[in-house]
Amino acid sequence: MSTSHGHDHPHGHDHPHPHGHDHGNGHGHDDTHILRRKEDVGYLHDTVGRTEHEMDYFQIRVVALLNVLREKGLVTTDEMRRAIEDIEAQTPALGARVVARAWVDPEFKKRLFMDAKEACLELGIDTSAINHLVVLENTGKVHHMVTCTLCSCYPRPLLGQPPTWYKAYPYRAKSVVDPRGALNDLGYNPPEGIELVVVDSNADCRYLIMPRRPGGTGGWSEEKLALLVTRDSMIGVGDALTPAELEARPTPV
Amino acid sequence: MDPTKFQVGQRVRVKNLYPPGHIRTCPYVRGKTGVINRYFGRYKNPELLAYGKSGLPLRELYWVEFAVNDLWDHKPGKPQDKLRIEIYEHWLEPA
Repeated sequence: MSTSHGHDHPHGHDHPHPHGHDHGNGHGHDDTHILRRKEDVGYLHDTVGRTEHEMDYFQIRVVALLNVLREKGLVTTDEMRRAIEDIEAQTPALGARVVARAWVDPEFKKRLFMDAKEACLELGIDTSAINHLVVLENTGKVHHMVTCTLCSCYPRPLLGQPPTWYKAYPYRAKSVVDPRGALNDLGYNPPEGIELVVVDSNADCRYLIMPRRPGGTGGWSEEKLALLVTRDSMIGVGDALTPAELEARPTPV
Repeated sequence: MDPTKFQVGQRVRVKNLYPPGHIRTCPYVRGKTGVINRYFGRYKNPELLAYGKSGLPLRELYWVEFAVNDLWDHKPGKPQDKLRIEIYEHWLEPA
C-alpha cells in the first residue's frame, strides 16, 4: 500500500470507530427482533450483516436477552413482532382526536379536565397504562410544556413513542434549567409576558397539553381540526398548526 | 378519605436529603420552597416498587409549584415562570 495516502478517507475496519447513530435512541425495539439466532443458516454462513458491531453495550444485552427468551420458548418472534405492532399503533393522532373533541364540545372538555382517562374512554381510547392522566390547557395567559428530567415519561397511549430529543439530555436538562431557552432551541418562542409552566413528569402522572384552537377554524369538523393538532403542540413545545400551515403541508398519501 | 397533611396553597419545602436508591424527587428541587398546587391521591411508593417490593404503604402525591427563578441562582425565567413537579408526602415539610 502506498505510504502517501492521506488520512481523511476510510481505512480498514479492524479498529473501533464511532458510528453516527444516536446512542440509546435511534435503535429501538423495531430492529432487534429480526436479528438472527446463532443457529440460523445465514449466521453460520456469515451472510447476515454483522450488525453487532454497530450496537452499543445495552443493545447487545437486549438482543442476547431476546435470543435466550426465544431459545427457551418463552417468547416467539411473532409475539415480539405483534407487541411492536401494538406499540407503534399508538400515534399522536389519538391525542389529536381528544384535543379536537375538547375544542368543539365544552361538556367533553369539562369531563376531560375532571377525569381525563374516563373522557378518553368515551372516544374508545384506552389509557389504562397511565396511573393518572392530566390534561392542561394552553391559553393566551399560560403556556404549559412537558418534560421528564429523570427519564422519558410520556403519555404514550395518546402520543405514541416520544421523539428522540425528548429523551435526550439536552432537552431534559435545559427544559428545567432554562425553559425558554429550551423552547427557543426547538424554534418556539412563547410571548415574553405569558406565564410559562414547565411540568416535570417524574412520578405517577402523565400530561397531555391541549393547545389553543387556531383562529380561522370556525365551523371546521372535528376530523379536520384534529389535523391541526401536532405532536409537539401536545407536548407544549409549539402551537397547533394554523389553517395556512396545514394547507402548506404535503398531503398525506 | 383521611385528610391530607398539606393543603392546596400551602408553602412547603422539599427535604434536602440524599438517600441511596431509586428516588423520584429530582435533586434540583431538594431544599427548595414551593406551593402545593394540587393533590393527586395515593400511589404506591416507587422507592420500594423499584426493588420488587409491594410499594405499600401508599404515599400521598402532590403537585408542587416553584417559581423557576427560585430553583436556580442564574434565574433563567421571567418572574412569572413556574415549574410543577410531583412530590410524595414523605419528602415534604411545612415551610
